[in-house]
Amino acid sequence: MTYADRWLLPDGVEEILPAEAKPIEQLRRRLLDLYATWGYDLVIPPLLEYTDSLLIGLGRDVDLLTFKVTDQISGRTLGIRADITPQTARMDAHSFTRRGANRLCYAGHVVHARPKNPLATRTPIQAGVEFYGEASVSADIEVVSLLLESLQVAGLPQLHIDLGHVGIYRALAAHAGLSEHQEEVFFELLQRKAMTEIREWVAENIADSAMAQVFLDLPRLAGGREVLAEARERFASCPMEVLEAINQLDAVADTVTQRYPGAELYFDLGELRGYHYLTGLVFAAFAPGYGNPVASGGRYDHIGEVFGRSRPATGFAVDITALSKLGILATLPAGGIYAPEVNDPAQWQVIQKLRLQGERVICAAPGSNPEDLGCDRQLIPTEQGYEVAPLA
Amino acid sequence: MSQILTIALTKGRILEETLPLLAAAGIVPAEDIDKSRKLVFETNRPDVQLLVLRGADVPTYVQFGAADMGVSGKDTLMENGAEGLYEPLDLNIARCKLMTAAIAGAPVRQGRIKVATKYVNIAKQYYATCGRQIDVIKLYGAMELAPIMNLADEIVDIVDTGNTLRANGLESREFIADISSRLIVNKASMKMKHVQIEAIIDAIAQAIGAEHSVTSA
Repeated sequence: MTYADRWLLPDGVEEILPAEAKPIEQLRRRLLDLYATWGYDLVIPPLLEYTDSLLIGLGRDVDLLTFKVTDQISGRTLGIRADITPQTARMDAHSFTRRGANRLCYAGHVVHARPKNPLATRTPIQAGVEFYGEASVSADIEVVSLLLESLQVAGLPQLHIDLGHVGIYRALAAHAGLSEHQEEVFFELLQRKAMTEIREWVAENIADSAMAQVFLDLPRLAGGREVLAEARERFASCPMEVLEAINQLDAVADTVTQRYPGAELYFDLGELRGYHYLTGLVFAAFAPGYGNPVASGGRYDHIGEVFGRSRPATGFAVDITALSKLGILATLPAGGIYAPEVNDPAQWQVIQKLRLQGERVICAAPGSNPEDLGCDRQLIPTEQGYEVAPLA
Repeated sequence: MSQILTIALTKGRILEETLPLLAAAGIVPAEDIDKSRKLVFETNRPDVQLLVLRGADVPTYVQFGAADMGVSGKDTLMENGAEGLYEPLDLNIARCKLMTAAIAGAPVRQGRIKVATKYVNIAKQYYATCGRQIDVIKLYGAMELAPIMNLADEIVDIVDTGNTLRANGLESREFIADISSRLIVNKASMKMKHVQIEAIIDAIAQAIGAEHSVTSA
């Protein structure tokens, strides 16, 4: 083992040094404070639990993202959480049941067995909210609004929100009578908007010409608000669920535009992030200079069914680590007061008083100097006691 | 609102075929790319700049969001996976086929075989769908040499005319996929700069006679 092998961290595993840790922690606190003012109760789920409860409903993607170890006590498999949502779903179903709406929030590390995308950290810090027990579009509007509010708190200058609805593709696939395999193949093509392959696939798999056109339109129905009107026209003869989904998107867009006039809304009816467990509205936030979503969420009704309590659910998670990389989080200059070493209880009293006022006071050790400690002032003895003075 | 839009292009022959398409979208490099050693080029449009890269690097730049759009071979996209990318347009340029090949007339070997290729992932996937387990040997060029020198039983490579294969006593065997250059777009860019990007895709689609946008149709 060489010297370097001892100190190198594993790929994608990050430590956070003071310059970044401070703004990250400030953002984490401000987000949790924000969620509290909206009525979301903080929960602190465990770092690891049985995979049987951790890997429910979220599909194969989360399985591959989850680190697993064997529990020496029970012999069962434990997973280190790659996503906090299933944990809150378990809480809503079992440990913290409420009759009506249940609003929960959390913040903490998740661990990914492999990076979610190139260059992504495997130990991101997430904050998020989950809203259980409310199936109406008003819950969707609340969480999308809270997401925009979160991004404002983070200081994003321009808000970009991407909105879609997995119910559209689900209903169209059922209407066209696609097999599970066909549905999966077209889903992959849709994610890449690979038009050449999509045309070939539709020609081979969809016999009805009107329905074929619908499948060709789906990947291209993306853009500004006008997309919804266009979709309504093109999907006029489609099942009711499709039109209801478009109505929901319209309702969300109406309120969000009125509340956050500066936010840019982008609609993509072929966007199916989290298709394997989401059931309705799906949304994500983007920031200039970052090639992946900085926050994402959607409706995932009935995820708690495996715990014996099927409930409507919607929520989102904000990637705090990603936001910290954008350089938008404000860092205040540290500053501080340097207290030279003197054996005097009176100095201690003064120091404690200053600290109570929120001042950063550092007691000197032999050989230290104020600049190295990031101090801009010092505590000097006077005839009356001690006072704060600029560095000499 | 006009943000800078960065387009990553593949240098060499593909570039010559790409520039007329960009010109159709009203984008012309401010200087002759062939005569310069620069890697970043300004264009006649203040909001568009071009990068000229090795083909295999284009998806990387677009995936990471360092470029918003790019032109990349389908072979590269298949090999590296196309996560985080859209590929909305087949440019129909640099067409060829991805094939397996072996020594002409040699019988197909049964059981586990050795395959030399630079397309490691495609090779594994293709042979797996044929129900065959293979050992892959990663090479960076001159695949044709591998079967001759008994390094491999078969190769997986792109085939244009087949002349190189013939000249080395090889023959193409199984067809894997049609290859051509695709226009690729970073997903986040598509969502944040869709007005700029859609206009370019539409113009190029029109130039090659393909259909693209629903709303402008």
